[in-house]
Amino acid sequence: MPESSTAAVRSTPTGVIHDIGYQRYEGPRLGRRHVFGALYLHGLRTAFGFGRSAKAKIFPWLVVGIVTLVAVALAAVRSQIGEPVATYAQFADAMSWLVIFFVAVVAPELVSRDLRSGVLPLYFSRPLPRSDYALAKLLALVTALWLLLGGPQLLMFLGAAFTTKQGMRGVWNELLDLLPGLLYAGLWAVVFASVGMLVASLTGKRAFAAGGVVAVFLMTTPIVGVLSILPSRAANELAGLASPSTLVQGVGIWSLGDLLVEGDPGEMMIGGFGPVYALAAVLLVAGATALLLARYRKVAS
Amino acid sequence: MTLIATQSLTKTYGGRVTALTDLTVGVEPGIIGLVGANGAGKSTLIKILLGLIAPTSGQVSVLGIDPTVDSAAVRARVGYMPEHDCLPPDLSAAELVTHLGRMSGLPRTAARERASEALRHVGLYEERYRPVGGYSTGMKQRVKLAQALVHDPDLLLLDEPTNGLDPAGRDAMLALVHRIGTEFGISVLVCSHLLGEVERICDTLIAIDGGRLLRADHISAMTSATDVLAVEVSEGTEELAARLAALDLPVARDGRLLLVPLADDTTYDLILGAVAELDLPLHRLDQRRHRVAELFATRELTHA
Repeated sequence: MPESSTAAVRSTPTGVIHDIGYQRYEGPRLGRRHVFGALYLHGLRTAFGFGRSAKAKIFPWLVVGIVTLVAVALAAVRSQIGEPVATYAQFADAMSWLVIFFVAVVAPELVSRDLRSGVLPLYFSRPLPRSDYALAKLLALVTALWLLLGGPQLLMFLGAAFTTKQGMRGVWNELLDLLPGLLYAGLWAVVFASVGMLVASLTGKRAFAAGGVVAVFLMTTPIVGVLSILPSRAANELAGLASPSTLVQGVGIWSLGDLLVEGDPGEMMIGGFGPVYALAAVLLVAGATALLLARYRKVAS
Repeated sequence: MTLIATQSLTKTYGGRVTALTDLTVGVEPGIIGLVGANGAGKSTLIKILLGLIAPTSGQVSVLGIDPTVDSAAVRARVGYMPEHDCLPPDLSAAELVTHLGRMSGLPRTAARERASEALRHVGLYEERYRPVGGYSTGMKQRVKLAQALVHDPDLLLLDEPTNGLDPAGRDAMLALVHRIGTEFGISVLVCSHLLGEVERICDTLIAIDGGRLLRADHISAMTSATDVLAVEVSEGTEELAARLAALDLPVARDGRLLLVPLADDTTYDLILGAVAELDLPLHRLDQRRHRVAELFATRELTHA
């Protein structure tokens, strides 16, 4: 009813002293893309505890502190002994426990809190579609995880680049090592965020959500252990599919090769099943995201 | 133009539970009261108006837009205050309302300005920087109202805004809703199971029961023009009735009460005079509006 509302504005006397009457909003109203962006940024800030209480900052920043410390230590050792202790991808692998911990703290913070407080009807009564809410939160967690791993990788790169003895050529070579490492960090981020977000979206109780996330990631490791000692080569090589962490590592071994395992195949063998791992990772992420969207089609309606 | 129009609106959940049956109603802008007992279908109707759930059959239009087709366009122009608790306890009212303003598409600065304006209009000043968890029920209801107002909607849908408030809080909330509807130029649909409080502030009343429309009309058409005086005496009710009838006053009996239509101020004098002459102990003498509830009561009786 724009006609009647403007009429109401016109009939109201303006310029009255002490007029603290209601003002209609005539400014711009941003579209779906902007609202999505605002929610995404809000989620990213929440992930690191910005705009939240000091208590909410403790755990995210504890994890950030540890991974940064490790990266600085690796860079320092490397500058002393002159050769890398761990590649960028190996660094990401080594930090997997901390990534799980981070997801267990941040995913419930992003979604379980909203479920518990019942604030969702306030979101869903606004133009924002339900799927946008879920995707913005998921994307925020993906970004947070990627920053968590990629930031320290960048530190390691800077350390190596400034101490290299081969000039610009050394920096360039280092950069070529860093980029796959960042991509690998992205893979970690996407897989762990999608699974963690799905688990956290199932309950409004943050403690349960955190426990659930840890359980999904850790309880699956024994299955990998059992499968990898079975007297069947195929079972051993496919064992990594049973747990998100080993799944990601399998994709890494297949796509990055010696950047991750450095000649020695290590304890984890995937044989010729590399593409199977990659497909499984894609299916896992797609499935988890689809279930997350399905969850938000139903919840709080 | 028509604010809300429905045509044979029906909603059944899972094919068995019927929430709304063949609801056809059209209302003009203003303050609209939606009354009905718990489970009458009020919240279902609001959710259909918001496009949150789709009707099983029938048509609906809000501000000239069909929420089943373009729910985002409807929701951009509507503010919704849910019935239940919906505020995160650890955020301050200012943060929450600003964030929700951004979720409605306001730019960052505008969201912050509009949030503090909206909170000021509902009567929250310095408290708005404290976490909502420490608020009283009355303050929480105000925050819920402010978040519905932050994006300057053309229509507010308020689901039981007086829920959980004490009588003074109810009056304050109703006064606020009335002010929004009259001074702010925003139409309001206020939903309540208490007819008595809604009829005080609304222009139009929609009454539903068991998912069916009882009546929808202007409140002026529902309440009769004349008020009545209720007289109660501890004894001698019969004598007083006879005396008042002798004074040409059309007396009606309602239990221990005598109801006399209030023509003008002299009616008071006539009644008091009659009571004094008979020397009866007057228990009470007060003015009653014809309540809408009475109209529904008689209506239901005639249908029965």
